Amino acid sequence: MSPDAGESTSSPLLVLDDIAKSFGAVAALRGVRLALHPGEAHALVGENGAGKSTLVKILAGAHAPDAGRLTLAGKPLLLRGPADARAAGIAVIYQEPTLFPDLTVAENIFMGRQPLRSLRRVDTRAMNRAAEQLFARLGVRIDPARPARGLSIADQQLVEIAKALSFDARVLVMDEPTAALSGVEVDRLFGVARSLCERGAAVLFISHRFDEVFDLCQRLTVLRDGTWVSSDRTADLTVDEVVRRMVGRDVDSLFPKQDAVLRDTLLEVRGLTRTGVFSDVTFGVRGGEIVALAGLVGAGRSEVARAVFGVDRYDAGEVRVAGRALPPGKPGKAIAAGLALVPEDRRQQGLVMELSVERNATLARRGALARLGLLLGGAERAEARQWTRRLRVKTARLTAAVGTLSGGNQQKVVLAKWLATHPRVLIIDEPTRGIDVGTKSEVHRLLSELAGEGMAILMISSELPEVLGMADRVLVMHEGRLVRELSRDEADETSVMFAATGQGAIA
Amino acid sequence: MSRTDAGVTERPTGAPPAGAGRPGRGLTERLLAVRELSLLLALGALVLVTTLHNDRFLSSQSVKDLLLGCAILVILAVGQTLVIVTRNVDLSVGSILGLVAFATGELFLAAPGTPWPVALVTGVALGAVCGAVNGGLIAVARVPALVITLGTLYAFRGVDYYWAAGQQINAADMPRSFLRLGNQTLLGVPVLFLVALVVVAVAGFYLRSFRSGRELYAIGSEPTAARLSGIPVGRRVFAVFVASGALAGLAGVLYAARFGTLDAAAGTGLELQVVAAAVVGGVAIFGGSGSVYGAALGAVLLTMIGSSLAVLRIDPFWQQAVVGALILAAIGLDRLLALRMAARLRGRSAHGA
Repeated sequence: MSPDAGESTSSPLLVLDDIAKSFGAVAALRGVRLALHPGEAHALVGENGAGKSTLVKILAGAHAPDAGRLTLAGKPLLLRGPADARAAGIAVIYQEPTLFPDLTVAENIFMGRQPLRSLRRVDTRAMNRAAEQLFARLGVRIDPARPARGLSIADQQLVEIAKALSFDARVLVMDEPTAALSGVEVDRLFGVARSLCERGAAVLFISHRFDEVFDLCQRLTVLRDGTWVSSDRTADLTVDEVVRRMVGRDVDSLFPKQDAVLRDTLLEVRGLTRTGVFSDVTFGVRGGEIVALAGLVGAGRSEVARAVFGVDRYDAGEVRVAGRALPPGKPGKAIAAGLALVPEDRRQQGLVMELSVERNATLARRGALARLGLLLGGAERAEARQWTRRLRVKTARLTAAVGTLSGGNQQKVVLAKWLATHPRVLIIDEPTRGIDVGTKSEVHRLLSELAGEGMAILMISSELPEVLGMADRVLVMHEGRLVRELSRDEADETSVMFAATGQGAIA
Repeated sequence: MSRTDAGVTERPTGAPPAGAGRPGRGLTERLLAVRELSLLLALGALVLVTTLHNDRFLSSQSVKDLLLGCAILVILAVGQTLVIVTRNVDLSVGSILGLVAFATGELFLAAPGTPWPVALVTGVALGAVCGAVNGGLIAVARVPALVITLGTLYAFRGVDYYWAAGQQINAADMPRSFLRLGNQTLLGVPVLFLVALVVVAVAGFYLRSFRSGRELYAIGSEPTAARLSGIPVGRRVFAVFVASGALAGLAGVLYAARFGTLDAAAGTGLELQVVAAAVVGGVAIFGGSGSVYGAALGAVLLTMIGSSLAVLRIDPFWQQAVVGALILAAIGLDRLLALRMAARLRGRSAHGA
């Protein structure tokens, strides 16, 4: 039953067995197992959405698993909350730092575990001293008495690491801790992780950077689509093999994009830069073309899309639609020029959940539909009916609140909203995230159809099959830069994944 | 591979910030950041201007009146600070005060021989029960405290009106010993004010020096992070509302002792003054920072403005406007200081590269 049956040198410290977790109808994890051995670093790898972060949250006690068992040092472990996980000696460094901006650095590190003096008072001086010692171990200098507000992301991450270190944890979980760190800091972090291992702790390390994974870890587990794929010693693996297991699927003909006549370039982006987020992004999208923007979460894809549309500012570069320059930071002008953005997070940014289907579908057309500044029901309804019919939105009534629809149908309403503005360029961020397979292929057919009508489509997607099936060209981003452009023929799981993880980026 | 070089080139602040380790902050910066100091300055200026106009403003009688006048507001402001620090607000304190004050009068009517300490404990307990209702509703309904306490503001007041049914309780209905509590002085300082001072000191000590007190700041500063670091957020917030209710109960008893004449309208509209005192005192309305000392000074300042304007013979009409201007000035000052501080902190960590 143990994932590493037959090759264990020691009995595992922490075992996860048959873990399952669902959010609503979406199964995030099914039958996942993992065994962490004392004195070893264990890597957890997988594509975006493979369930890594959910697993981390379960280990942290923030999510309760729906099924499965946790065993710590041979005893069953029940985590009812983050406090239980801490008590069990599990320390977690999250992808996003979770600090209290108003409190001092030292308080952030020792919250709930501050050193005490008489009358159970907090001993601030001892606390600051202890924090300084931790920073000395990490080889960094951060003033323990300063507030956490205003720390750079890297310094925040270092505070998180100091916090985990202060636990003297038996199990240290690191969820992509190195994204914001420089080479020197990564080396120090690894030094700390190794010294924890030497003292018998187990480390779980999550990263997309294979060089780091192979550098630090003795074992490696691959997750795919919320299920366990394999657990092996890293010495027996190659990067190629790991990437193949992460991708794993066959790309079938589920996502056909019909060939369309390519027309003039409709969207041109030149040298777009936002300091610290993305830099020097240059590309073009022609009418009739679907261009996919691929990359890992955090590579800066959505940020580029938001900057192009004018929701976010940018520091340098320009955006042209059909040859005419777009003023930065003006979404209204972008819409007028024929740009539409279907955002990644439809609940937060795409829809007003309490409003009806028809109101949502015509929200971006309020100006055109109004008569003398008044929105009369008739025009809205007619317009909404036209688009919901074309997109086959399944709803009992057009007046039903959008929040009552299924995820797939909500996504169609967002699409309807933007298609109603008759855009020439459609930017669509994660078009099929969290929707069922049937609706997925409908959305894909629709995108293909729209391209056929001459629309230029820029699609951001973290799902490789979708990227490979739909895109005429694939642009791959890695850490804020466009690192590769792949034609339809060149693009396959391996080439995209390699570029996205920064392997052979200069190819 | 590409990681090391990419990391270094992309992050200009890669090296550990050299200057950041030493606590060598400028003295002015630290003094500016201490809100209590600027409040004391404002208080001093107000006293100076008013005294220059009329030297009787600093007579022992008028100082006594001032201290007596602000004691109740100070106590309520302390309770409110505990709540606001956790990113909540308690709008029901005026109604709790009214209800408890009337209940205290009723207690003496029903049992004339009741010793005043019993009345005090009863009042605090009744206030705590009201606070527990607030806290319980917030925990169960998971609705912002603003809405819940807006509801209980009316609900508690409604109970008060129903109970009073138009009747009034007079000083004659209450024992002398109890009423003396409201006016007596100790070494020239009103007992009421001493009680307020004790409350401020205890709450200030608690917030500063105890783990659970620090956790209140953590909760208000970043609720998600608080949950992830194992802080029992729900329990703490509940406790804070109980404390705020209990302090409003204490204020209610003292109100009864001080004024003697009670009807169901006692303390109406007080909640906004209380929130104003806390905000003027530098308690951030979005939680995470502020001290009870600041809030208490804010309450003193608001009370003093009232009496100064009377001495300066300024139309009471202007009093409201001055209070409003003060709140806006306090918020403006906070924002300015926050921006300065942020710029400075950023500057410090960038120097190292």
